Amino acid sequence: MSNISPNTIPNTGKFSWIKYLKDRPLWVDLALIAMAVACYFLFPYSLAFVTRVLIVMIFVLSLDLVLGYAGVATLGHAALFGTGAYAAGLFALHATASPILGLLVGACAASVVAFVSGLLLMRAHGLTVLMLSIAFAEVLQEISNQAGSITGGADGLAGFIMNPILGIFEFDFIGQTGFWYVLAVLIAVFIFLKMVVASPFGLAARGIHQSVVRMRAIGTGVYWKLVAIYTLSGAIAGIAGALSAQITELVSPEVFATSFSAEVVIMLILGGMGRLYGAIIGTALFMVVHHTAASVDPFNWLFVIGGLVLVVVFFVPAGLLALPAEIKRRMGRPT
Amino acid sequence: MSAGLQVKNLNKNFGGITVASNINIDLPPGARTALIGPNGAGKTTFANLITGILPPSSGEIYLDGKNISGLNEAARVKAGIAKTFQITTLFKELNVREHLRLAILERNGFTSRLFRRANSDAAIEAEIDERLDQMNLSKLADMAINNMAYGQQRLVELAMTLALKPRILILDEPAAGVPSSESYLIIEAVAKLDRDLAVLIIEHDMKLVFEVANSIIVLVNGEILTEGTPAEISANPQVRSLYLGERHE
Repeated sequence: MSNISPNTIPNTGKFSWIKYLKDRPLWVDLALIAMAVACYFLFPYSLAFVTRVLIVMIFVLSLDLVLGYAGVATLGHAALFGTGAYAAGLFALHATASPILGLLVGACAASVVAFVSGLLLMRAHGLTVLMLSIAFAEVLQEISNQAGSITGGADGLAGFIMNPILGIFEFDFIGQTGFWYVLAVLIAVFIFLKMVVASPFGLAARGIHQSVVRMRAIGTGVYWKLVAIYTLSGAIAGIAGALSAQITELVSPEVFATSFSAEVVIMLILGGMGRLYGAIIGTALFMVVHHTAASVDPFNWLFVIGGLVLVVVFFVPAGLLALPAEIKRRMGRPT
Repeated sequence: MSAGLQVKNLNKNFGGITVASNINIDLPPGARTALIGPNGAGKTTFANLITGILPPSSGEIYLDGKNISGLNEAARVKAGIAKTFQITTLFKELNVREHLRLAILERNGFTSRLFRRANSDAAIEAEIDERLDQMNLSKLADMAINNMAYGQQRLVELAMTLALKPRILILDEPAAGVPSSESYLIIEAVAKLDRDLAVLIIEHDMKLVFEVANSIIVLVNGEILTEGTPAEISANPQVRSLYLGERHE
């Protein structure tokens, strides 16, 4: 007998949060937070980059919900990130520059766009979803380009300055406040998603990923469930986009780029899909390798990324999170 | 208002090909009806028409007197019609317990819940234990589906389908692919089903059919050739020549 899924929830009989926490030491989560905090002290002059990594982690987590858990392949997830970014930027420019309200606006705007686009996308399957999702992101990018009087066009949306967080913590030039702000949001999103994937809703998402036919046969309205998953994912992607806008105080049409959508898919594949932690590890690895390789050779860094992806896909197809199990398997030990 | 399932004048055409022609059946509560026929007779198509996987070209389906012809597959499951598949269709990365949990959560309309753990409902967990026990699957509760024998997978599928608390159960070739050494598992499980449950068994294994069914419908080329008790069907010369074989006793 084997307990195959890392998401498998053991039977606990009567549920107790105290027992749950005792059964699952949080050392992995604490170690990840400690590493992020360590980056703050180790790389004080690279906080903008570290903060960007944390923002993209939130974005990749949102993709994991759709791709890793529900199994819907999309190459247009940047549409939702970009929507959140523009919504937060416009809200800061024309309403109030409150960061927290801006996050909510980014989340709401992206979830509305995800819901509307999801009504169409979730009717399709496989390659059709890929094509439609790309088309949708391209349309939004073109709108942001053409509606220059509202979005700033190709120059991007600028001219907004964020208020202090909670009226207390001012954004600074080095990016210290931004780092802590984004880290706090990342932790909140991660905790939220851990709850979601362990919930009945998360179990249904995994069921849809593994057998749509069986899910229909147990009475699940698969289409509406997928729309709900995509909408929730959109809200989180929108939060990531809003953070990006607030931290850089600039939004350009490139936030909708298909290449960005493709990069986050690669990050998720590198780390491992359907595990949340894979999104964290994959994003960190991809962005650090990208950053380092691009600074060594600005023209050929893609070779390094390509090589990395090939190695992972060939040797650890389930992603780096599965590396220990893969090593044990190759050494002939049961995992 | 008639209780159970009534199918009236059901027809299904794919272009010029008729796969179900003017089918009428009545499945009252407690029925144990077998649907038999040669390959290509339209048995699985008929099951798919009842469950809503395929829309009929014409005809009506009633459940407890209510016309359910316009309902989609998921809605018919909620209404009380459940089906097992000809080829076992399960979740390869969920264990046995999670299969049942998902079915019960869906039955109760809980799969939209976001802020409770899937295993936090003590009543559901107790029901899972009870159902596992009924199917002799308790020892396999935490086993991965891929590590189980095919006959055991069939039992998991049946347990999961029963967890939906259907009033009409359609078993599409429950013994298909199951080694003869394991087929007794299926026969035992079917024999233990709730007596109020109406069961339609599509099956080629005549041993299972004659052991379980109290009425048999013979389908040939999408049409009902005849129907009757197992004794009547086994004595029918037309059925013997077309399907059972002259030597069948």
